[in-house]
Amino acid sequence: MTRFLSFKWILTFILIAITGYLYSKDGVITTSVVATAVIFGLPLALAAMVGIMCERTGIVNIGIEGTLLFSSFIGFFVASSTNNGVFGIISAITAGVVTGLFLAFMSISWKMDQIIAGTIINILATGLTSFLYTQGRMAPTTFPIDIPFFSSIPFFGQVLFMHGPLVYFGLVVIFSLYVALYHTSWGLRSRAVGEHPGSADTAGVSVFRLRYLNVALAGAVGGLAGAYLSLELVGSWDRGFTAGKGFTALALMIFGRWNPMGALAAAMFFGLTQAVTNQLMFSDVAHIPEQFVNMLPYVLTIVVLAISAGKVRPPAAEGLQYEKEKA
Amino acid sequence: MSALLEIANVTKTFPGVVANENISITVAAGEIVALLGENGAGKSTLVKSVFGMVRPDSGEIRIKGEIITPGDTSGAIARGVGMVHQHFQLVPVMTVTENIILGSEPKRGIFINMKAARAEVLALSEKYGLEVDPDAFVEDLPVGTQQRIEILKALRKDVDLLILDEPTAVLTPQETDELLQVMRNLAASGVGVLFITHKLREVMAVADRVVVLRNGRVAGSTSPKETDEEGLAQLMVGRNVVLQVEKGDAKPAAATLVIRELHVNDDRKHLAVNGLNLEVRAGEIVGVAGVEGNGQRELVEAICGMRPRISGEILVAGEATPDMHPHKIHSMGVSHIPEDREKHGLVTTYSIEDNLVLNQFDRAPFAKGWIRNMAALEENATRLVKEFDIRTPSISTTAGALSGGNKQKVVVARELSQDTRVVVAAQPTRGVDVGSIEFIHNQLIAARDAGAAVLLVSAELDEILSLADRVAVMFGGKIVAILEAKEAERVLVGRLMAGLSA
Amino acid sequence: MFLQGAQPMDAYGSLFSHGFGSWEGFAKTLGKATPLMLSGLAVTIGLRSGLFNIGVQGQLVSGALAAGWAGYAIQGLPIYIHLPIALLFGIFFGALVGWIAGALKAYRGIHEVITTIMINSIVLALVDYLAGHNFQEPGQTLARTSAVLPSATIPKIFGLPSGFFFAVLLAWAVWWVFQRTTSGFRLDTVGRNKNAAWYAGISVKRSVLIAMGVGGAIAGLGGAIETLGVIGRFEPTFNTGLGFDGITIALLGRANPLGVIPGAILIGGIRGASSSMQFDAGVAPEIVDLILALILFCVTAPFLSKWLRSTQVGAKVTSGWSN
Repeated sequence: MTRFLSFKWILTFILIAITGYLYSKDGVITTSVVATAVIFGLPLALAAMVGIMCERTGIVNIGIEGTLLFSSFIGFFVASSTNNGVFGIISAITAGVVTGLFLAFMSISWKMDQIIAGTIINILATGLTSFLYTQGRMAPTTFPIDIPFFSSIPFFGQVLFMHGPLVYFGLVVIFSLYVALYHTSWGLRSRAVGEHPGSADTAGVSVFRLRYLNVALAGAVGGLAGAYLSLELVGSWDRGFTAGKGFTALALMIFGRWNPMGALAAAMFFGLTQAVTNQLMFSDVAHIPEQFVNMLPYVLTIVVLAISAGKVRPPAAEGLQYEKEKA
Repeated sequence: MSALLEIANVTKTFPGVVANENISITVAAGEIVALLGENGAGKSTLVKSVFGMVRPDSGEIRIKGEIITPGDTSGAIARGVGMVHQHFQLVPVMTVTENIILGSEPKRGIFINMKAARAEVLALSEKYGLEVDPDAFVEDLPVGTQQRIEILKALRKDVDLLILDEPTAVLTPQETDELLQVMRNLAASGVGVLFITHKLREVMAVADRVVVLRNGRVAGSTSPKETDEEGLAQLMVGRNVVLQVEKGDAKPAAATLVIRELHVNDDRKHLAVNGLNLEVRAGEIVGVAGVEGNGQRELVEAICGMRPRISGEILVAGEATPDMHPHKIHSMGVSHIPEDREKHGLVTTYSIEDNLVLNQFDRAPFAKGWIRNMAALEENATRLVKEFDIRTPSISTTAGALSGGNKQKVVVARELSQDTRVVVAAQPTRGVDVGSIEFIHNQLIAARDAGAAVLLVSAELDEILSLADRVAVMFGGKIVAILEAKEAERVLVGRLMAGLSA
Repeated sequence: MFLQGAQPMDAYGSLFSHGFGSWEGFAKTLGKATPLMLSGLAVTIGLRSGLFNIGVQGQLVSGALAAGWAGYAIQGLPIYIHLPIALLFGIFFGALVGWIAGALKAYRGIHEVITTIMINSIVLALVDYLAGHNFQEPGQTLARTSAVLPSATIPKIFGLPSGFFFAVLLAWAVWWVFQRTTSGFRLDTVGRNKNAAWYAGISVKRSVLIAMGVGGAIAGLGGAIETLGVIGRFEPTFNTGLGFDGITIALLGRANPLGVIPGAILIGGIRGASSSMQFDAGVAPEIVDLILALILFCVTAPFLSKWLRSTQVGAKVTSGWSN
C-alpha cells in the first residue's frame, strides 16, 4: 500500500516538475499539450467510470467498447439527421442505457456468463453500426465554452476552463460519482453488493434492482463518453471508430483500483502520453510510423496491468451470479 | 393471544430435494423455540423463508397475524424480524459501522451521516453489552467479534422476533454460554427467539420448546422438561442412535506423521499456526479439537501442501514433505479428505469415474503413458461404488448430481482406497446425512486399524470425542494439550479450547 | 434487409446457391470454413481450459504473415520441404503470440481477455506496418507481400482446398486428446475446477501456457493455410473477423472440438456468399456481421440453448481480472 502510494506520488511529482520545466521553456506548447491530454483522457476516464459502476456492484462489463461504439454512432446519426447536437447527445446517452440494460438483462436476468455477454454486446455493436453506417454524413458539433474569469488564469485556464460543454459535464459526472460512491447510501449499498451481495440482501437491499440500476446508469455514462467522442472530440464517425478505448478503460479501472479518482488520474496520464506523442510527430521532433503511435495505448495498457495486477483486489463478488435461494 | 410468528403448512422444494414439507410452527412473544435437526434437515431453508430470503412453494407465514409477502426481505425487517445468519453476512472490506447501518443509513441531506451512525453503533453495543470497535474493518476481526456484529445488526431495529441460524458453530463453550444468556435476556424483554442448532446441550440449556425437523418434516415437538438429550437425538435421526462409535482399542506403532515447530500464515497474512508440534502414530486417530479459527484449517492445508509454510517441518515416515506440493505429498502416502470438498475434493461436472482417479489419473493402471485406460477407470469406479456404498444411478453420473453424503463418500473412497500411511480428515462429516456419517466414521476406523496414522480435525466436539484415541486441543495456533481418550472430558476439553488452563 | 429495400428471398436464395448450391460455391465455402474451423478450435481449447481466448485474431494474423513471408522469401526448395516450413512459420508465430498472453496470465495474473484484445490491436498494427514496409512487395503501394511461390502453395484436391480436410482431421485429433489422453484431462480439469486441479497435481500455470500456446499454434496454422492455400499472399485486410467468428463457432459447438466442424461450414457459407448477396440482392455485406452477432446471441441465450446445452460453457470464463 505505502509502496504503491509513494510510487504514485513520486510519479505525480516528477510529472509536475517536468511540466513546470517545459512550461518555462515554451509556455504555449506545454499548455496546449496538457489541455490536449485532458481532451484525450476524458473519454477514457468516462469509459473507466462505466467499468467502475458495474464492477463495484459485481457485474463485469467488457462490453464498454460496444457501448461507446453504439452510442457514438447513434449520437452522430441522430445529430446529423436532425441537425441538432442536443438531440444527438440525448440519443447517445439513451443508446448507452440500452446497451447497459441489455448487459444487465443477459448477465442478471439470464445469468449468462458476463464476459460472453459483454462480448456479444461488442460484436453486436460492431455489426449493427457497420451495417447502418453510410459515408459522408455531417453533424453539428459542440463548441468550446470559455468559463469567465477562470479561463484567463495562465496555464490552468486553457487546461481546465476552455473546453466543450461535454468535458465539463463529464468531469462533473466523474467527481459526483466519486462522492456518491463513498458518501451516500447508494454508494455504500452498491459497494456492499459488489463485495458480498448476501450482506446487502439480508439488510433488505434488492441486489437485483441495484445491479440493474447501476449497469443502466453506467450505460448512460458510457453514452455520454460516446457522444463526446463523435460530437465533440472528433466531429465525425467511422467504422471501428472507438479503437479499443473501451478495453483500455478496463485496464485504467484496474490500475485506478476501482476508485473513480484513481481511474481519472490514470486516464489523464494516458491522455498525456498521447498528447505528447502527437506533439512530437507534429513538430517533427521524431518520426514515428502511424502504426506505432496507434499501438502505444495498447502496449501501455499491458505494461500498466503487468505492474498493477496481482497487487490489486477487485470487488469480491465480481462476475458471480447471486443466487438468492440456495438449499 | 395470537402467536408472534405462525408458519403454516410451508413447503419448499429445490431441484431434486424437498427441503421443507408441510411445516407448521409457532413462536410466541418472549418464547425461545429451538429448531433442532441434522445438517440438511431443512432448518435453514425454513427460517430463510420467514426472513424473505427464500420463497416457499406453498403455505403461509404470518407475523403478528399479518401474512408476509414471500421473498420480501425488507418487508420482514420492517415487521420486526431480525436474523443472525449462519454464514456471516458481513462485508469484509468495510468497517463495523458501515456493516451495521447497511440497508437503512442515517442521513444528512443526500449523504450518509457517519457521525450519527457511529454514535448509534456505540449506543447499540452498550445497550446489549456486546463490545465492538465501530471503526475496525470486519476482515481484521476474529470470528467471535464478527458474530457480535451480526447480532447487533439484527438487533438494531427493535426486533420482535430474532432468528439465529446456528450461531454457536464458531464459538467457544464459554462464548456460547454468553450468547445463550443474551438470548434469555431478550426473551425476558418480550422478544420471540427462533434458534437453530444441532447441538443438544444448547437446546436443553435454553429452549422453552423444541421443534425437531427430519428430512424436511416436523418429526416432533417437545420441551426440555419432557425429554433428555437421548430422546432428542432419537427424534432427530428417527431411530435409536448410538452416540458412541464402536471401535476396538488402538494399537499404535511408530510415529508416522511428525510436525515440528510449524509456523503458517492465514489468508490475511497473520500467523495462524504458531510453533506447532504434533506426532501421530501409525494405528491411532488423533483428534484436533478447537474452536474454529484457531489455526486448524491452516494446519491441515500446510500438512497437505496447499498453503505455504513459514518455518518448521512436516515428516511422513521420517521423510520431509515438500512445501506447496499437494500432489507430491499425496504420493508420499498422505490421503486428504478436504474441508471444502466442492472446491478441492471434486470436479462437480466430472463423472464419478473421473473423480475417483482425480489425483492418480496419470499413473498406472489408469494411464498407459499418454493414453488414459478407460477400462481400468471403469473397473475402479464400479468396485469403489460398491465398496463404499456410493448411492448413484451410474458411474458416469456427474459428482455434482449426488447428495452431500454421497459426494463425500466419493472423496473418501478415492482417498482411502489408495495405499495410505497418513489420513488427514478435515470436517469429514460436515453437511453429511446420518447414515453416511456412520459409514465415514467406520471407514476412518478401518484405515486406523489397517495401520494408517489418522489426523481428524473437526468442529464437532462429539465427533472428536467419539472417534479419537488421543485428543489434541488447539488454541491460538498451538497444541495446548494432548489428552488420552479416556481423560478427555467434555468440560475439560471445553476449558482448554477456550485457552484456559486445565 | 427490408430497410435497404432489397428482396429478402433474393438475398437468401443467393446465400444458399452461392454457398452450397454448386461445386465451385461449395469449394469456396470449404475454403472459407478452413481458417474459421481452426480459429474456432483455438477458442474451444481455451474454453475447455477455462480461458476465453479472444486473441485468436492476432494469433491467426501473425501466422498468416509469417507463413506468407516464408512462402515468398525462402526460395529454391522443393514443395515437400518449402510448404511444411512455411506452415511451421505460421504455427510458430501464432503459438508465440498466444503464449505471450498465456505467460502474462500465468506469471503476472492479468486476465487473458484484456491482454488478448490488446495484443490483437498491437499485432494488427505491427503486421500492417511490416506488410507496408519491410516485407512489402517491390513496387507496390498497397500494404501487401509478394505472392507465395508455387513451392509453398497448398495444392487442391478435386478442386477442393486440401487444407479443409486437414482442419477436420485436426478437430478430430483435438477431440480425441481431450477425450482420451492425460494431457487433455489436465486441461479439462483446470477448466472445470482450478483448485481441484492444483490439488490433484496439475500445474494451472502450465495448463494456461499450453492452452494458449497450442490454441495460438492452431490459429497460426489457420492463418498460414488461408495465406498459402486461398489468398496466395499476405494482405492485412483479408483476415479481419476470422478470429471473432471463431468465438461464435466455438460457442455454437458448445466447446466441443467436433462441434466446430458444422459451425465453421455454416459460417463459412454465410461469409463466402455475403459478397454475392450484395451483388444479387443489393444487401450490404456488413449484414453478415449482424447476422453472426445474432447467431452468437441466440446460441448463448439460455432460453434458446437449453436444449443444446450438454456442456455448460457459462460461468466458467468470468473470473476476477487479476487471478
